Amino acid sequence: MKLFVGLPALLIPFSLAVGGELRGTGDLGVVVERAEGSVQIVDTSHRTRIGRITGLGDLSHATAVFSRDERYAYLFGRDGALTKLDLLAGSIAKRVEQAHNSVGGAISQDGRLLATSNYTPGGVRVFSAETLERVADIPAEYGNGQLSKVVGLVDAPGQRFVFSLFEAGEIWVADLHDPKAPKVQKFKAGKEPYDALISPDGRYYIAGLFGEEGLALLDLWNLDAGVKRILPAYAKTDEKLPVFKMPHLEGRALVGDYWFLPAVGHHEMLVVDRRSWEVVKRIPLEGQPVFVIARPDDRQIWVNFALPDNDKLHVIDTQTLTVVKRLTPGKAVLHMEFTPKGEEIWVSARDDDRLVVYDTETFEEKARLPADKPSGIFLTARAHRLGL
Amino acid sequence: MVVHAETLEAERQQQLLNLLKQDCGSCHGLQFKGGLGPPLLPEALGGKPDATLIDTILNGHPGTAMPPWRDFLTANEAAWLVNQLRNPR
Repeated sequence: MKLFVGLPALLIPFSLAVGGELRGTGDLGVVVERAEGSVQIVDTSHRTRIGRITGLGDLSHATAVFSRDERYAYLFGRDGALTKLDLLAGSIAKRVEQAHNSVGGAISQDGRLLATSNYTPGGVRVFSAETLERVADIPAEYGNGQLSKVVGLVDAPGQRFVFSLFEAGEIWVADLHDPKAPKVQKFKAGKEPYDALISPDGRYYIAGLFGEEGLALLDLWNLDAGVKRILPAYAKTDEKLPVFKMPHLEGRALVGDYWFLPAVGHHEMLVVDRRSWEVVKRIPLEGQPVFVIARPDDRQIWVNFALPDNDKLHVIDTQTLTVVKRLTPGKAVLHMEFTPKGEEIWVSARDDDRLVVYDTETFEEKARLPADKPSGIFLTARAHRLGL
Repeated sequence: MVVHAETLEAERQQQLLNLLKQDCGSCHGLQFKGGLGPPLLPEALGGKPDATLIDTILNGHPGTAMPPWRDFLTANEAAWLVNQLRNPR
């Protein structure tokens, strides 16, 4: 600590930012306020808001990832802006307009690279996490040189990014060991992949297909085997309902022997054996699931729903595979995020302009915080999870 | 077929504007510049007749991700939304 003793002035900006004390960031996070183009910085230990950063543009479908020191959040906006937020200073550290229309991003295994998933121009762009300078461009070209929208972008072990091409119906695996010369492998996936997940161990990449039944599975340990189609007939029992919101696929839905997957256009969740990929149970729900997320200890699965059932949350017990709790946090429940070890969950209710925090054991409401049309909630514990 | 704003209650107008911005915006962008769905800016809708747009809103567009909204909206309300898109404030 000799440096600090010798240079006390260096501490001042940090001290001002957090009310006179040094602090860590492991219990912080950001909440997207999608309509205003702002984010709140929240503290989950004290269930409070510690800052707000404005002027971030169109944040519909905005997502965030974190630097591995958990000080910075990288926010990917719909309008193609990539913003590096300093959680301690409560300010914008850097910002670039990297595309015209974007849907998300990821941070590399080593934390040095960011990748963006773009609709216009369709493709992936790679940036230095430190400076936000662009280091690579991977246009999603297919057919006669058209560009495809890119969805389902995740980081994978081996300094790779994996993503899906909506119109092209492909999955691409990009190796960024040499950031200036990405090595890309391409796989046929199926019609209109709309989102994807990677298993928590970074082995399986699974893309949901909107244009046909089933999902596309790529085993990143055995790329030579190519894409395998799974659950090809899971929905042939009855007619699909209109989908008012696309499900989001999450790697955090792999629990023990089972995947818990939203059934597109159906009021149910599929429980799928992780080895045979057979459906072992269909859990009936009171709406079309959107997010399906396991508590960090895997004992519960929490689910929210598409319109018109988007005021509900269901909790499923992973031992009995039944719904054990129904909650109504407010209108338009868009997202939920567990605290790092899962004793509480933060929930956003967009149309009631609030966040609700629940105890996940008793389901008691612990706090209610105002927020302006909140959507995604991202806590810094994501920094050390593959694919998040 | 243009429905004037006066024909809808102020409260319903607010609900519809929220639906338009938040739920339509989920796919078409909060500023309607497009996303998974196409842009809904006035110039993008220029060549499309009201009847087509109203039909797409109410009945969806088969073969795409656009769902039918008829359970949430009347034809008059869909027409009112088209008018909002053509004449943004």
